[in-house]
Amino acid sequence: MNDKCHLELTHVNIDFPTDTGPFRALEDVSLKIDKGEFVTLIGHSGCGKSTVLNIVAGLHRATAGGVILNGREVAEPGPERAVVFQNHSLLPWLTAYENVELGVKQVFKGKKSRAEMRDWIEHNLELVHMGHARDKRPDEISGGMKQRVGIARALAMQPEVLLMDEPFGALDALTRAHLQDSLMEIHATLGNTVIMITHDVDEAVLLSDRIVMMTNGPAATIGEVLHIQLERPRERLALADDVRYNHYRSGVLKFLYERQKRPEENKKTPADRGTTHADSENTPDEVEPENVALRVVGH
Amino acid sequence: MQTETTLNKYQAYNLKFMDRLLAFLSSDLRAGGARQLVLTIGVPLAAIAMFLMLWSVLAAKVQTSLGQLPGPAKVWEQTLALVDEHQAARAKEAAFYQRQEKRNAEKLAANPNAEVRIRAYTGAPTFFDQILTSLVTVATGFLIASLIAVPIGIVTGMSQTLYSALNPIIQLFKPVSPLAWLPIVTMVVSAVYVSKDPWFAKSFLNSAITVTLCCLWPTIINTAVGVSTVNKDLINVSRVLRLPWLTKTVKIVLPSAIPMMFTGLRLSLGIGWMVLIAAEMLAQNPGLGKFVWDEFQNGSSNSLARIMVAVLVIGFIGFVLDRGMLMLQRKFSWDKSVITR
Repeated sequence: MNDKCHLELTHVNIDFPTDTGPFRALEDVSLKIDKGEFVTLIGHSGCGKSTVLNIVAGLHRATAGGVILNGREVAEPGPERAVVFQNHSLLPWLTAYENVELGVKQVFKGKKSRAEMRDWIEHNLELVHMGHARDKRPDEISGGMKQRVGIARALAMQPEVLLMDEPFGALDALTRAHLQDSLMEIHATLGNTVIMITHDVDEAVLLSDRIVMMTNGPAATIGEVLHIQLERPRERLALADDVRYNHYRSGVLKFLYERQKRPEENKKTPADRGTTHADSENTPDEVEPENVALRVVGH
Repeated sequence: MQTETTLNKYQAYNLKFMDRLLAFLSSDLRAGGARQLVLTIGVPLAAIAMFLMLWSVLAAKVQTSLGQLPGPAKVWEQTLALVDEHQAARAKEAAFYQRQEKRNAEKLAANPNAEVRIRAYTGAPTFFDQILTSLVTVATGFLIASLIAVPIGIVTGMSQTLYSALNPIIQLFKPVSPLAWLPIVTMVVSAVYVSKDPWFAKSFLNSAITVTLCCLWPTIINTAVGVSTVNKDLINVSRVLRLPWLTKTVKIVLPSAIPMMFTGLRLSLGIGWMVLIAAEMLAQNPGLGKFVWDEFQNGSSNSLARIMVAVLVIGFIGFVLDRGMLMLQRKFSWDKSVITR
């Protein structure tokens, strides 16, 4: 589309060392993302979604290929690619305000005065509707509120790209819906580029401009990309009866459950599985044991 | 058949009655409040009472060369005696100084140019003096150890190389008994600490350094573990923020290591207190340990009771020290969920 691409992943491969030799987690992942685009990554557990995100964040380095942001290669983590972590990762000994402040002080050192920084932190807390809890510590607020503060911390760095690793994965359905609405609101206002990992098909269709569906690992790659051409602002209730919405939704489901069956399903007999496929994809807190293990190895 | 049913009816009635009574009692004391009260006060009191009873019964059966093993009553009597002795000694000391002052005043009145001196009181230290000495010694040893161990623990936790280098040394010295250190410390202090006008008594230094040597290890190990096991996600946060090394250490690594650090300090203080009593006994350094040893050597009919007083006091002080550390931990640590066992 643009002759100069905003964010580009080019032939990204990554190998993790294991006791039995290198393990190829990702192979030939290529993706171009425009400025302000909202992209979700979806795929089965262990397919390397988080690894893709971590490579864009700079927390992992690709074995081959690379990531280019605004014409410069991504070599290390940085605040212009802010990450919202799955388990919020707030510092438990700091208040909501201080958690946001940690990033703001780092990014705007010498650019904003003290008063400006204070206003900016408070503005970002208001943006995620957490202004009332600015002096609360993480253990005094609910999971959804923690995730809001985590998002405020990321937004306050004024990132070009917001990377979200299953940000709402551990939340109950109602809280998740609230946060999705907040996120759409914020995205409409600020226009950040967003890459978000999710397990939730509805969430993916509701939020995204494009859904990137990944094949199963090892050597996972991008299987299919779905453009969601629903006009914004989107209303979850109106969309529930929308034909296009349901068409997109079934498109993702077909990819996940017909073409990319869960890896463990291939090993077990189909009779064992029952008819729970459609339900299980909505499970909010799917764990990714493979991914967790990989992250540990990667460090 | 008939009797059986009536019996059952009666039992059922009885059970219902008991249920109601219990429900009434508990509702009266705000559901659960009574149970809590019994658990926190009633049960411990009952256990202590049983312990005292067992003690007095069993002690009466043991005859030693110093007479019958003292029971709680005898120990309490000696506790009071020790308090009396302490007060008598203080009165004697006050009188001693008063006499000197009076004599000096008289001297000065007779001859204004007379040289007057106040001689220090040199009576034997009382039980309470010994307690104070022990407390000062353990505090000194523990403070020195903490000042050394916390920084070493932090750098060891942060650097894999340093950890590999120091780990064998730490593991080697950690299990060494204080009694093995004591002769070495004593010889080194006598050799190195030669001063005409010493700030501290040598015996004090010996005890304090021995305590230090034994207090170091738990703090080093726990601090290092705390520092090296910072949550990887938090480290990733600092990487994304590109925090400089110092900010990362101060804002992320140290705070998350604080709970472990305090665990180490608590262990160290507990060990330090135990070590001190042993060191004082063995080296005849002033303190509670010396008190115990002196009473043992003294061998009067009251000695065993007085030693038991000391044992109880040692235990109580150890408990208070541990609780003190726990309070400090509660004050300084963000993790308020520390277990109070």
